[in-house]
Amino acid sequence: MSTISIRKYAPKKYLAENGALAGLLLLALVIAIMQPAFLNAQNLLNVGVQAAVIAIMAFGMTFVVVAGGIDLSVGSIAALAAMVGALTAGPIGLVVGALCGLVNGALISYGKLPPFIATLAMLSVARGLTLVLSEGQPHETDALVTFLGSNLAPMVPLPLLLMLAFFGITGLILTRTNLGRRMYAIGGNEEAAKLSGIDVRKQKLWIYALSGLFAAAAGLVLAGRLGSAGPQAAAGYELDAIAAVVIGGASLSGGVGRATGTLVGALVLAVLRNGLNLLQVPPFWQQVVIGVVIALAALLDSLRRR
Amino acid sequence: MKTLITARGITKHFGATKALDGVDLEIFAGEVHVLLGENGAGKSTLVKVLAGIHGHDAGTIEGHASLAVIHQELALVPELSVAENLFLNRLPRRFGFVDRAEMRRRAPELLDRVGLDVDPDAKVKDLGIAQQQMIEIARALDKNAGVLILDEPTAVLTETETDRLLQIMAQLRQNGVGLVFITHHLDEIQRIADRITVLRDGRSVGVLGPKATTRHMIELMVGRPIDEQYPRAQQRPGQPLLSIEGLTKRGVFEDITIEVHAGEVVGIAGLVGAGRTEVARAAFGVDGYDRGTVKVDGKPLRRNDVQAAIKAGLGLVPEDRKGQGLVLTATVGQNLELVTLHDRDRKRLHDIAGKLRIKGRVEQPVKELSGGNQQKVVIGKWLLADPKVLILDEPTRGVDVGAKVEIYELINRMTAQGRAVLLVSSDLPEVIGMSDRVVVMAHGRVAGELPRGATQDQVMALAVQEISA
Ligand SMILES: Nc1ncnc2c1ncn2[C@@H]1O[C@H](COP(=O)(O)OP(=O)(O)OP(=O)(O)O)[C@@H](O)[C@H]1O
Ligand SMILES: [Mg+2]
Repeated sequence: MSTISIRKYAPKKYLAENGALAGLLLLALVIAIMQPAFLNAQNLLNVGVQAAVIAIMAFGMTFVVVAGGIDLSVGSIAALAAMVGALTAGPIGLVVGALCGLVNGALISYGKLPPFIATLAMLSVARGLTLVLSEGQPHETDALVTFLGSNLAPMVPLPLLLMLAFFGITGLILTRTNLGRRMYAIGGNEEAAKLSGIDVRKQKLWIYALSGLFAAAAGLVLAGRLGSAGPQAAAGYELDAIAAVVIGGASLSGGVGRATGTLVGALVLAVLRNGLNLLQVPPFWQQVVIGVVIALAALLDSLRRR
Repeated sequence: MKTLITARGITKHFGATKALDGVDLEIFAGEVHVLLGENGAGKSTLVKVLAGIHGHDAGTIEGHASLAVIHQELALVPELSVAENLFLNRLPRRFGFVDRAEMRRRAPELLDRVGLDVDPDAKVKDLGIAQQQMIEIARALDKNAGVLILDEPTAVLTETETDRLLQIMAQLRQNGVGLVFITHHLDEIQRIADRITVLRDGRSVGVLGPKATTRHMIELMVGRPIDEQYPRAQQRPGQPLLSIEGLTKRGVFEDITIEVHAGEVVGIAGLVGAGRTEVARAAFGVDGYDRGTVKVDGKPLRRNDVQAAIKAGLGLVPEDRKGQGLVLTATVGQNLELVTLHDRDRKRLHDIAGKLRIKGRVEQPVKELSGGNQQKVVIGKWLLADPKVLILDEPTRGVDVGAKVEIYELINRMTAQGRAVLLVSSDLPEVIGMSDRVVVMAHGRVAGELPRGATQDQVMALAVQEISA
């Protein structure tokens, strides 16, 4: 059996099984050839920092997607949490984010609303509340939140470390906890999960609360980096988060998805944005290229699965 | 004799698994050709290769007739109506739109042909699994193909429907259609087969004639004889573990009272639509009911609360493995430990997989397993949970003769340890052979109870009786 296990961990096979990772390396290679400055250590760190906010948000989204749902409200929740954090204190922002997620979960499991509708409503409500609280103005963040976006030491940006920490937590939750295992069961076959004694409704409550909590954390990191919380912060980020999860190989029909995949997905988006800037591609064209790459990444993955 | 399909040396790999290994098969016009083999022997794979769904790695296929296939897993659209499913892909049209009138006119004819009495406008998801199977059959018949392949159609059918299907098959045979028939019910093979190709581990190990004995078939497919097909070891019954008292759900079932004692296996027999599955689901808390009580070990259960039922010591193996039993995207191991999430015990997991002779690895996605092996996973999940009372709804559907005996032995072991089993089954020899008592249901009521040793005729007499309310 040893020959099999050796082959299993051979890098070539590993890449073949992780289409997104292969795509990421290919993308980085192409950019590095066209613009060697990409490989500059400071630039690579920047990419990591740029990826951090979307990645943290996307980790929360991974739970939801694995469980067969979707969360459109993460961008708005991030903004609301950051605003509350700026007006009061960071931890309160986290609590507010988790509460928004709980409301999503309650609407979905007890109100029997489709996740798309429930979270679309929350997208609007949370953004609206952010506008109300901010009175349309950006607000400065306190020392704690600003610290989240700063460098721990030269060349050691805290957002990057936070991203890795959330990556580890996500992996642990997905693979090592009952909640994680249940996410796969619920997303794979909700009826079978129910008949196996899983309290599907309660689990969904926790799953959406986690997504809200992660979104809030992402919002605080974003505000920390900018030094202020803006009323329109993180608008549209939910789509990047969903893209990251899907590029990472998760299935929107549920039951499939991994933390590593999502991390790679978020990095793909960040590398792409960074590379396009370095190559001085005009912003309007950047949008086009990003869309094409998302489609290509998903195609690569679906071809690999045949 | 006219040959419709000639396949030679068919070989097919799935990764490292060799599913087919140089199989030869010839289908003649006007014959019923049975494919027989253990779970995972390669029958469905062979069918899919013939149908062009899977490619093959080696070998040749020559076809001289159109092909219609009824696959092992149902392929209906649950949200569409019966009629729409019947004509899916070739819906009658008028002015570019679906012609509903025409569809409604033609549907009853087809339904009548398979003896199915359902509203063509009903949604397929609201029908039982046997009725869904008959719709698949009707749909395939409508294609008037030269070769008709049926992959375990009778696994989900009761006696009456099976009889009907065998009649239809005999009729088609007379009209010169070539039929390929897969089944694990050896009695059906004896009734209809002209030739039997036996597969073992992806190889064809012999072709038998219509006079083959069950013993011969079993030895060829399993590689060893089986002495006792229903090895029930009775126990002295103890205190009541499951008491269903006066359970009523208006329009579905009425005043159902069933008691199962420790050490007992109680069977529930009846026709499709008699309400057996509905009672099982209500008792387990999946569906609600209007009146009555369900007690486990003396404690009444809250209605509509699956978790409470499981906590009290009840388990249910549901009838529809794909819809209700399995998480297809997950691995065998993850499915096995679905109920017992909290105490993950690798050793017991491998133990149960071995006992059930599940052909497949624990880390393998369950959707890559053959149908019968998937069924074993659903049963294994509940055996691992070791409930006080296990309700089995059609547990051996699609399971081969050898593995069935293993499952029966596991049932024996449960009752020997003072557990109780409620066995809902449409397989009459099974429900009679394995139960200590058989409760027969008809039209949503208990029509009667028979002691061990009852005959199939006695059961059927109760099952078809008209009850005047
Ligand atoms: N898509 C797949 N990927 C990997 N392995 C597969 C796949 N489909 C089938 N197999 C394997 O091929 C073998 C033959 O499976 P097949 O479904 O043909 O069995 P079968 O004879 O129809 O069994 P059953 O009586 O249980 O229906 C099994 O070992 C099965 O696990
Ligand atoms: Mg099969």
